[in-house]
Amino acid sequence: MDNLIEIRWHGRGGQGAKTASLLLADAAFNTGKYIQGFPEYGPERMGAPITAYNRISSMPITIHSNIYEPDYVVVVDDTLLESVDVTSGLKETGAIVINTTKSEDYLKKVLKGYKGDIYTIDARKISEETLGRYFPNTPMLAAIVKVSGIMSDEALLEDMKGSFKHKFAKKPEVIDGNMKALEMALKEVKKI
Amino acid sequence: MSIRERLSGNEAAATAMKQINPDVVAAFPITPSTEIPQYFSTFVANGTVDTEFVAVESEHSAMSACIGAESAGARAMTATSANGLSLMWEMIYIASSLRLPIVLSLVNRAVSGPLNIHNDHSDAMGVRDAGWIMLFSENNQEAYDNTLMAHRIAEHESVRLPLMVCQDGFITSHSIENIELEEDEKVKEFVGEYHPEHYLLNQKEPIAVGPLDVQSYLFEHKAQQAEAMKNAKKVILEVAKDFEKMTGRKYGFFEEYKLEDAEVAVVCMNSTAGTTKHVVDELRSKGIKAGLLKLRVFRPFPVEEIAEALSHLKAIAILDKADSLNAAGGALFEDVTSAMYVCNKHVPAVNYVYGIGGRDTKADDIEKVYEDLLEISKSGKVENPFRYFGLRKEAK
Repeated sequence: MDNLIEIRWHGRGGQGAKTASLLLADAAFNTGKYIQGFPEYGPERMGAPITAYNRISSMPITIHSNIYEPDYVVVVDDTLLESVDVTSGLKETGAIVINTTKSEDYLKKVLKGYKGDIYTIDARKISEETLGRYFPNTPMLAAIVKVSGIMSDEALLEDMKGSFKHKFAKKPEVIDGNMKALEMALKEVKKI
Repeated sequence: MSIRERLSGNEAAATAMKQINPDVVAAFPITPSTEIPQYFSTFVANGTVDTEFVAVESEHSAMSACIGAESAGARAMTATSANGLSLMWEMIYIASSLRLPIVLSLVNRAVSGPLNIHNDHSDAMGVRDAGWIMLFSENNQEAYDNTLMAHRIAEHESVRLPLMVCQDGFITSHSIENIELEEDEKVKEFVGEYHPEHYLLNQKEPIAVGPLDVQSYLFEHKAQQAEAMKNAKKVILEVAKDFEKMTGRKYGFFEEYKLEDAEVAVVCMNSTAGTTKHVVDELRSKGIKAGLLKLRVFRPFPVEEIAEALSHLKAIAILDKADSLNAAGGALFEDVTSAMYVCNKHVPAVNYVYGIGGRDTKADDIEKVYEDLLEISKSGKVENPFRYFGLRKEAK
């Protein structure tokens, strides 16, 4: 099971972290992988902290628990950094990807000395520039693909173009914006 | 050729129902099974199926409508969870005693109270003596496969009993995973058409359904139900053999995972079996002879087969995802140990109640169970057969 990649998503209800985890599962599935994508259902409502998970492997996956020692963590909302232990169990050989414009000093302080790689991306700016509204899940999806190397940039873009065409069949005007959001995020996610 | 797809457990169940294209589906939504009738009603609206979809006002009515439809001679299906099944309870017994092969997709959830929408098996365990065939599913694939096999078993002339296909709420019902689907035409051919022998809409044979059954008959009718449940064992295996021919996927009463040469083993149902396989693989890599018996067919209970499959072990742990609150162990534990006793097989056995109300079942928890089993296998003694795992200590 050496090739098993486990990802944990932290977001707030309504930001699309669950949808992003399902889109990532879809994209990885389309590259021939075995996948799991599942949210942890609680008494969630708009704005409450939520968690979602992905497992991606070239072998069938049988384990059906939540993920306690992820390879990667994605934080869709940086206001969670002070209230949720986002690096809990996160492997030091892995990485955390945060949607934030906060300073390096602040991030290192709230991540309590996490020794793995820390990546940031301003998903708000990207989303507002490309979609005119705040939908952070599309840029965060691109960011985790870039950081984890689950698939190539080209494979992601090609696959998501198909998904968006299907998903937004009744709103084709948003497809270009979403594609631009992915492209910008692939370029702008940065290691600190 | 099977079709490579990725679906949630609920999508898998709804897809099977779409391919079966039953005459009637009557359902009332309840978490976490809501998506099944939701997806199915879309198939109806789009004309993908020609099913009569009855949007009833309660689960009692859902099962009543299925009973009416099956009595009339139609093939009927429904889906529910937890308190939905509780509200069906009166009609659950009517369905089995009228020998109506209704198929129910049960997405397992804790029965209130206190109110909880998450997974355990208390809903299924509450109807375990109601005369329904009960199949359990480790993942979306098995939920799909069990549903495709359901009608062939339930409608068989030597069986004629209702059947429920169980899967774990949220854990598999809401998890997207890989799945192999079969082509529509092949499924149609495999499931076949339903031609009941006796039915209300048969003008040539007027019958009464559900009249008073007094002292001189009810006992015999119950014995016939019991006999049908015994007959189901043979039919379940025959249908599995045909299914394997179509799909290459093999099913029996249970799956033996690295059990043959095992010294210690876990017995469990549904998604926990997948997590247990992961743990068994890890333990095997350390040289520990761990195994798993994953029960698929809980009703009828395969007494002799289970006793035989477990007889060579040094210690076994039976995991119950429902507490019977009886000071005597969970339902699966009672059935397994009773089977061993009547077959004169003695293996030290211990019961763990776990995962209640959606408490996550971790690989570490199961690894600890195997450690306990290794201890028991050394001493041959079970200090306390009734245990928990995953329970916070301060609550005890």
